[in-house]
Amino acid sequence: MTEHGPAVLRVCRAILGPADADDAWSETFLAALRAYPELRPGSNVRAWLVTIAHRKAIDRHRAMASAPVPASPVPERPSAYGIPAEPDDALRDAVRALPPKQRAAVAYHYLADLPYRQVGRLLGTSEAAARRSAADGIAALRDIYQQEKAP
Amino acid sequence: MMMTEPDASFLAPLAAPDEQAYRGLRARLAAQAAREGILDVAYRTIDTPVGELLLAATDRGLVRVAYPAQGHDAVLTTLADQVSPRVLHAPARLDAAARELDEYFARARRSFGLSLDLRLAHGFRRTVLEHLTEIGYGATASYGAVALASGSPAAVRAVGTACARNPLPVVIPCHRVVRGDGSIGQYVGGTEAKRALLDLEAA
Repeated sequence: MTEHGPAVLRVCRAILGPADADDAWSETFLAALRAYPELRPGSNVRAWLVTIAHRKAIDRHRAMASAPVPASPVPERPSAYGIPAEPDDALRDAVRALPPKQRAAVAYHYLADLPYRQVGRLLGTSEAAARRSAADGIAALRDIYQQEKAP
Repeated sequence: MMMTEPDASFLAPLAAPDEQAYRGLRARLAAQAAREGILDVAYRTIDTPVGELLLAATDRGLVRVAYPAQGHDAVLTTLADQVSPRVLHAPARLDAAARELDEYFARARRSFGLSLDLRLAHGFRRTVLEHLTEIGYGATASYGAVALASGSPAAVRAVGTACARNPLPVVIPCHRVVRGDGSIGQYVGGTEAKRALLDLEAA
């Protein structure tokens, strides 16, 4: 189970903010440890873990939606003083700014290596729709990424 | 129709592991799991003169010591199958074992006072392991002598198997069992490691 720890953390960090992501990761593995005896032998453990993480993320998004909303976040701008923003952070922010289905499809397929059939099941859509969401997400990210890399 | 995957190589930075953050999270998880009583097998590794040893413990005691040649990942998978899939990197439960092994390799300890969990050895193999602890530090015994002590004088080959499958090498001293003709014989950690342990104890 622990061999999937880094992959699940990548997913959590792509779909949630840093602090929430770490909590979601811990909650995912605690829930998995509690539930492990019920897992059928031969199940895809990584898909199962990502499913738990997916539910934890939905819970957190729901909690955030009902919580008092802070002032709209200030978009990050590259520093004017020649100090470059962390490229990873900019990319991560761009992933989190995607529409939810695209964001999840990109994270589950590209960061957790789940096949589209499973991504579709997680998102409650078809395999083809999951593939489309991921492709749209990647296209949107590439646009943003290339703009940022341009001088 | 074959669909081609779009090039997503620019996502690579997000796939890179953040080792330090991950270690912190893993430690927090182990502590929480231990508190909840859902940590069944704790493991860590230690550096020793005979290579990096994997140590694993249940709530009953040390359950596994493994050499690098045995494949630490393979050993952890076996533990998940045979003991419990709730296996976590949790060094705290193994502090005492790590300390006693450090002392042993520094020649500051001649016997171990650790609780042992022998659940991975059954039947005759377990009887053999219990007799191995009677061979004192710096001494050796032949496979035949151990077979005799275990109540089955003819089971010399079975003693060899029991040593080869000892789940707790170093701590249960199968390295002190040598061939009747005085030659060193085989060892789960390789003959070089066996020689090193016997030299360490002879010094």
